[in-house]
Amino acid sequence: MTTASLSTAGSSKGSSAAASTASMDSGAAVPEAAEPLLSIRGLEKRFSLSGDFLEQLKFKGGKLVREQKHVHAINGVDLDIQRGEALCVVGESGCGKSTVARTVMGLIHPSAGEIRYDGERIDDRSTKELLPFRRRMQMIFQNPYASLNPRMTIQQTLEEPIRLHHPDWSPAQVKDKVAEVMNAVGIASDWGGRYGHEFSGGQRQRIAIARALAVDPEFIVADEPISALDVSIQAQVLNLLMEAQQQRNLTYLFITHDLAVVEHFGTRVAVMYLGRVCEVAPTATLFATPRHPYTQALMSAIPRLEDDRPQHIRLEGEVPTPVKLPSGCVFHGRCPHANARCRDEVPALIATDEGGQVACHGVEEGRI
Amino acid sequence: MSLLEVNHLDVRFALRRGDVQALRDVCFSLDRGERLGIVGESGAGKSVAAFSLLNLIAKPGYIAGGSIRFDGQELIGLSDRALRRIRGHRISMIFQDPMMTLNPVLTIGEQMVECLKAHRRISTRDARAISLRKLEQVQIPSPEARLDQYPHELSGGMRQRVIIAIALLLDPDIIIADEPTTALDVTIQAEIMALLLELCEEHNVGLVLITHDLGVVSQVTQRMLVMYAGRVIEQGPTREIINDPQHPYTQGLINALPQMATPGERLNQIPGSMPSLSHLPSGCAFHPRCGFVTRPDGSTRQACVDEVPGFVTSGNCQAACHMVAEMIERERIPAEEQDS
Repeated sequence: MTTASLSTAGSSKGSSAAASTASMDSGAAVPEAAEPLLSIRGLEKRFSLSGDFLEQLKFKGGKLVREQKHVHAINGVDLDIQRGEALCVVGESGCGKSTVARTVMGLIHPSAGEIRYDGERIDDRSTKELLPFRRRMQMIFQNPYASLNPRMTIQQTLEEPIRLHHPDWSPAQVKDKVAEVMNAVGIASDWGGRYGHEFSGGQRQRIAIARALAVDPEFIVADEPISALDVSIQAQVLNLLMEAQQQRNLTYLFITHDLAVVEHFGTRVAVMYLGRVCEVAPTATLFATPRHPYTQALMSAIPRLEDDRPQHIRLEGEVPTPVKLPSGCVFHGRCPHANARCRDEVPALIATDEGGQVACHGVEEGRI
Repeated sequence: MSLLEVNHLDVRFALRRGDVQALRDVCFSLDRGERLGIVGESGAGKSVAAFSLLNLIAKPGYIAGGSIRFDGQELIGLSDRALRRIRGHRISMIFQDPMMTLNPVLTIGEQMVECLKAHRRISTRDARAISLRKLEQVQIPSPEARLDQYPHELSGGMRQRVIIAIALLLDPDIIIADEPTTALDVTIQAEIMALLLELCEEHNVGLVLITHDLGVVSQVTQRMLVMYAGRVIEQGPTREIINDPQHPYTQGLINALPQMATPGERLNQIPGSMPSLSHLPSGCAFHPRCGFVTRPDGSTRQACVDEVPGFVTSGNCQAACHMVAEMIERERIPAEEQDS
């Protein structure tokens, strides 16, 4: 089992320097981990809601003022991914889990914080400088109906990344590689001349996986790869991802909202809420002893086959908007255990006896 | 007699390349206050089955045969005018996407009042009072303020609550809910399902719940149907089917769930995918994916390839499967021999 070292930054507005101090404070209780493959420190991402400069100008009280509104998608996330593990990030829509995945891949630039891959900083590189890393890290997207170019045959789709990353390969080498990955995902290699629309959803997701595997990556970011698929097909694709992990020694960052899948697939789980990590723990630990009240509520909401009635913990209200973040603990408005401290002070991740980490004043004080 | 009886329902879609049969020989019934789940993967015909109950099938689809009797009245062939007295009034419907269901340019209150006025002679003031009461029933915070809000001002979970309130507006006998929580998060889904269950029990409303989530079905419904490629392949009490599924497809569906496997081990996948309705395999539509076509002794059960299986009864459940029929037959013969 890999050890965790992860924490959230003290303040959502804090600079990356402040964030990394916070991570060191809470990281002290964690045993020294091996050099992680990917390490995220104090990651923040804000999206502007206000449009361009002219649209931001408002007339207020006789004065022209500039007003900017932001969606605070990620508010100080620290996360380490060890080689060979599958780290699952779970949370409800709007919690920032997909933004974490896209920031890691360099598809969006973080507002603050840093991302290190194999010890080297990658978040501030240009597209050209990122190219060698892009071969080592690949992404699988949620919707296989949108992620395949409808005007390219499967052969072309799969050859493209190989040609880009191995310009020196001969056409025969490229063809062999394509045939190899198609066989690996269970798509007959003589179907290469077909177009994406000729395949079913499950087959398309296999092709998307084949495209990710085509350049022999070591790290795969999978953003809800099975959410768009039917139950019996989900099992096929999950099996394929697990086989690929064993055969190719892959490391996964697996984004999902489905806790049942996490229980099966993940080595470790990070639970996110409103852009912060509220709990991270080895999978078995998290499912046996969820500590954070939000994790407990989330787990009680999974409809289980053996239940005769819904058994969920009832939460007050709804997820607040990430435009106006609550003060203190982001979960305090819905938490049945919240007190004055929760309303004012942002909880940092602290290590638990079970080997996980949890950001909750109640757990720290022994109230929960 | 049951409140709703569906017999031998056939639904077809007339396409240029010929008719596609979306539903074949679908039979089920629903008693007053009963909750029925219809389970299947996409393309199994579960939504078509729900839509056809109220003749909501859009062209080129049409009901080709069978009967749908509601409270003794045949719904197939009923005029639009007569059907409107039932649709939304005695049988109401909840759709999957709460944003698509609500009209974006009318306030919540206007939509609710409009619905009441379409079915009853009622003053706006009274209609608003009823609307407010229904919003209270679905536990929306500050319901009075919601009446004057537009759908876009509400969150997804809140919108689905409004839709449930609208569905309950005319005190229906049956609510048909087509994947009501698929677009929502897990914690919100749990709350909406619990609410729907409570309201159905409290007002003795029947529920037809269409879903692909076996966990939800087991929590909410008393009986369930499993559909595959346009046919019902298994039906019976929910608990019995979940605990002891008879049909190989139902078994496969349940065994494929991550919670049925040891963490880290391979999941029990069903090979292949659902056939297209225009190219159905011969015999049992599931036979190309079924592990039971070959008997344990290695011989092929030819009936699976040649004949469409009929329902056999096993316990309180019915399954359309040659293998199950054969096993029941085999068990019955020794039992009879013992009797004599």
